Amino acid sequence: MTQAALESPAEGGETAATSRRFLVYRGDSNDGQMVEYSVPTLEGMVVLDAMHWIQAHVDGDLAVRWNCKAAKCGSCSAEVNGTPRLMCKTRVDVIVGDIWVQPMKAFPLIKDLVTDVQWNYEVNREIPPFTPPADVPSPWRVQQQDVERLFEFRKCIECFLCQDVCHILRDKNEKARYYGPRFMVRQAYLDMHPMDVRDRTGQIKDESGIGMCNITKCCTDVCPEHIHITDNAIIPLKERVVDEYFDPLLWAARRIRGRRQKKRPSSR
Amino acid sequence: MTVEVGRPPALRSQLNLWKPLWWAYPTWVVTALSAFGIYAFFAMIQKAGFAYPYLSPFYSPHIVISGLPISPAFYVAWVPLGFRLTCYYYRKAYFRSFLWEPPACAVADRPGRYTGETRLPFVLNNFHRYFLYVTLVVLGFLWYDAIRAFDFHGHFGIGVGSGIMLLNVVLLSGYTLGCHALRSLVGGGIDCYSCSLAAQGRHRAWSGVSLLNNRHALWAWASMFSVAITDIYIRFLIHGVFADPRWVS
Amino acid sequence: MTDSSTDLGYETYDYDVVIIGAGGAGLRAAIEAAAVDVRVAVVSKSLLGKAHTVMAEGGIAASLGNVHHDDSWEVHYADTMRGGQNTNQYRMAEIFAKEVPDRVFELERWGALFDRTPDGFIMQRAFGAHTYNRLCHVGDRTGLELIRTLQDRAVHTGVDFFMETTITRLLKDGGVISGAFGYRRTDGRCVLFRTKSVVLCSGGWGRIYKVTSNSWESTGDGLAMAYEAGAELMDTEFVQFHPTGMVWPPGVRGILVTEAVRGEGGYLYNSKHERFMLEYDPKKKELSSRDVVARSIYREVQAGRGSEHGGAYLDVSHRGADYIKRKLPSMYEQFLTLADVDITRQPMEIAPTVHYAMGGIRVDPESAATTVRGLFAAGEAAAGLHGSNRLGGNSLGDLLVFGRRAGASAAEYARAIASAPLVHTSDIQAEQALLLAPFSPKESPENAYTIHEELQTVMAEKVGIARDADRLQDALAAVQRLRRRAANIAVSGSRVFNPGWHMARDDHFMLLVAEAITRAALERTESRGAHWRTDYPDKDESLGRINFVIRKVDGFMEVSRQATPQPPVELESLVAA
Repeated sequence: MTQAALESPAEGGETAATSRRFLVYRGDSNDGQMVEYSVPTLEGMVVLDAMHWIQAHVDGDLAVRWNCKAAKCGSCSAEVNGTPRLMCKTRVDVIVGDIWVQPMKAFPLIKDLVTDVQWNYEVNREIPPFTPPADVPSPWRVQQQDVERLFEFRKCIECFLCQDVCHILRDKNEKARYYGPRFMVRQAYLDMHPMDVRDRTGQIKDESGIGMCNITKCCTDVCPEHIHITDNAIIPLKERVVDEYFDPLLWAARRIRGRRQKKRPSSR
Repeated sequence: MTVEVGRPPALRSQLNLWKPLWWAYPTWVVTALSAFGIYAFFAMIQKAGFAYPYLSPFYSPHIVISGLPISPAFYVAWVPLGFRLTCYYYRKAYFRSFLWEPPACAVADRPGRYTGETRLPFVLNNFHRYFLYVTLVVLGFLWYDAIRAFDFHGHFGIGVGSGIMLLNVVLLSGYTLGCHALRSLVGGGIDCYSCSLAAQGRHRAWSGVSLLNNRHALWAWASMFSVAITDIYIRFLIHGVFADPRWVS
Repeated sequence: MTDSSTDLGYETYDYDVVIIGAGGAGLRAAIEAAAVDVRVAVVSKSLLGKAHTVMAEGGIAASLGNVHHDDSWEVHYADTMRGGQNTNQYRMAEIFAKEVPDRVFELERWGALFDRTPDGFIMQRAFGAHTYNRLCHVGDRTGLELIRTLQDRAVHTGVDFFMETTITRLLKDGGVISGAFGYRRTDGRCVLFRTKSVVLCSGGWGRIYKVTSNSWESTGDGLAMAYEAGAELMDTEFVQFHPTGMVWPPGVRGILVTEAVRGEGGYLYNSKHERFMLEYDPKKKELSSRDVVARSIYREVQAGRGSEHGGAYLDVSHRGADYIKRKLPSMYEQFLTLADVDITRQPMEIAPTVHYAMGGIRVDPESAATTVRGLFAAGEAAAGLHGSNRLGGNSLGDLLVFGRRAGASAAEYARAIASAPLVHTSDIQAEQALLLAPFSPKESPENAYTIHEELQTVMAEKVGIARDADRLQDALAAVQRLRRRAANIAVSGSRVFNPGWHMARDDHFMLLVAEAITRAALERTESRGAHWRTDYPDKDESLGRINFVIRKVDGFMEVSRQATPQPPVELESLVAA
């Protein structure tokens, strides 16, 4: 072997042999159709590679959103054969037959595979920021045990596939009444963080609309980071809302004993 | 080389129809839950669930109020029924399969207004923990029954029925103790585990419940079938279809 | 909604500080600028939180001393200077080493979460050429943690965000910054920002190379725009090849394999299963500095001991499956899904990949000001901190320390001047002509993607790890030829989200950057850090204290020599020790 790997990727040669049929949605908010492309395949090729091949060789204006191509930024979300997926993580060789590539359905279309996901950023802005206690100076002393379950929530790459598949946003378009799974994960992180002192339960129940979720778990199914969105974020938050609003025993206990101050970790 | 599939609005909803086998899960759930429901109803109106020393789980705890024409099974039936109706796993199952909200991921919902769990009756799902409390009591009786199933007139013994009853109560415990509400109550609601000894203990409890909770759906199905199988077995004994193979000391 | 390729309209916005780029540096600058009473805008080519910072995996180097209590800013300073072979701007390294710990604590107060030590402090891991365990990390996705924390903080500071908007030209009034002009990627409409100051946090330029860990965004816009605006560039010859990028399958070639794999104990092997780093650097072994490891792999391949697809093997399987899945979860996932390799049982195949630009826009160490008034720069776009080779983990700290300083300086500068300088229509017209040229018919039309691909090939073959005068001269000629062809780029489609059209403008940026790298590489007739001249294989001490500075003189690129500022004795002795 020569220095090929260091200077230029192998092209063609022993690996390029077959081609696959792709049907890609082309159009904007006014009009569109599925367009057929035949794309030569390489070993280990992902759907995003095929979109790039189309851009470079057939239609330079094919709109695709992407950044890292390594499943770390969450930009290349689309629906491959009807399933919300990251294109950079969807291997062509696992799909049998034609490959359909379409934009996310839950968001307004800009062009081709690119949708307008601005709404998600507006929701994020509505969530009150992380609020540590004012009287605990850095550096903090926080035990691994206390934050172990929080790491999962921080894996979120904001691909918005969970938002796309959530029927409340996708099908019922109830964006005014429900923040969507992504932002339940965000709020679970904040609410369970041992150093966050803000009471978030009211926001989670009312503005976020956690009651809208009927736990059908599609968000968990599509998450490319394998976050257990429903079991570890949404349901625990629902239970915290129950503690506060639907549990007469706890309510009575709070009336009698008063609200107990939560214990916080200290600093060095 | 353009394939005309349709105008964008139509096309983008057709996307939903594009999942092969999306109907498999709802079909299974509707079939299995309906079959169980019908069987349970007939089992309960039999007014008989005892084949010494085995008590059918439908009839436990065994409450006898003389003079009432209702089968004693109905005095307790509301407990497991309420627990499972408000269970976070069964909610997924019936919202998908019976109510089609949605029938499968990325498949279109049943048309109409959607309010999730914000209105009656589904807002009542928030009282899941109260059904948990009474279920824990019933679970205690079921353990008592299972232990009694090894007591043959004061002699220790093991019958096929004893084994079935023990397996049933183990599965029911796995299901009940993996409950999402329990997970939150024992420790999920705490933000700082290292802050006190009590909280550290609750962290261990939370970890234990979480372990069972991982496969809550599996426990739910397994324990539902084990209840039916236990009852079927005891019913065969009641009707003398066959005798219980057993060993008694 | 504009669909017409000839529409010359544009939207106008007024700000005091415009920050170009929403990676770690840009967001940190925005937070700092917004703390003062000025109007701040952040303009980014991608969506918020997608910038290349998310790809940083290993951690943030900061001398907290949580794992090794002997660590201090002095040791961190010395490591940084040694790694950069003393071509660093010592004052930047000093400020950096002193301020990073506070920036890390600040992140934690803003909601970031790091792995913990058994005592509950921030966990720190070992990394190449750092004396102590120094990298604050969270698994292998520290960059994501950093950018998400800054993003969530920044959206609550009153900063305005212009996502998916590309700035293509800086505007000046006399010698002073007066605005920035570009287009919205989503609908193709032009936008003008009238502003008193601009902060360039535009990242690097890995995309001019074929095998790179960088995303499409890293096209060197900031460097090119600063150059066109008259700012000085420095150290552009120093391009970091990360030793470990993925090799196979072809589609993933270049994707980063974090140095944390070696930090967590991974070994490098050649095809004969020899741990070759024991030969090249017996002391630091796999955790030698990146330039050394990358060159060692290159040499192994040249000597015929390369892996199946022309790289080396990286094996961490001896650490056990549980440990790997906990400490390197995204590497595990990445290899499993993209390459069918289970890294808990099998070795990874890796080869060097273009990763980082040490060089960039020349800045003042204290204020991050460039040589153009009103223009500031920070992060990868700025030069000076890393010298001829950056240590792993020093980039995230760089973003925070100098992002903050740039934001503060820009806000202070903007407050000190009464009214915004003038924007000249002729400049806007010139930029619009360049932007829209690809839509007009061409006699011999060129494809923007083809030009890009050919440039990548030229850079990979002629300005790669191993360089010599002949190949560099070839590269220069090839870049000039490509530039002439780039004038004939034609695109199809409308201005609505048209990647081909976007690429057309990016090509101009990248050609300029390629020329800057090549010219500086020709001048540095020695081998130092990441710059390896096979015709001058040794260090030349006379060049050791020289930085090459590039600026535009009469429309041409001029390379000049600048003496590297010499550190005072007390700092000098730290490095010598």
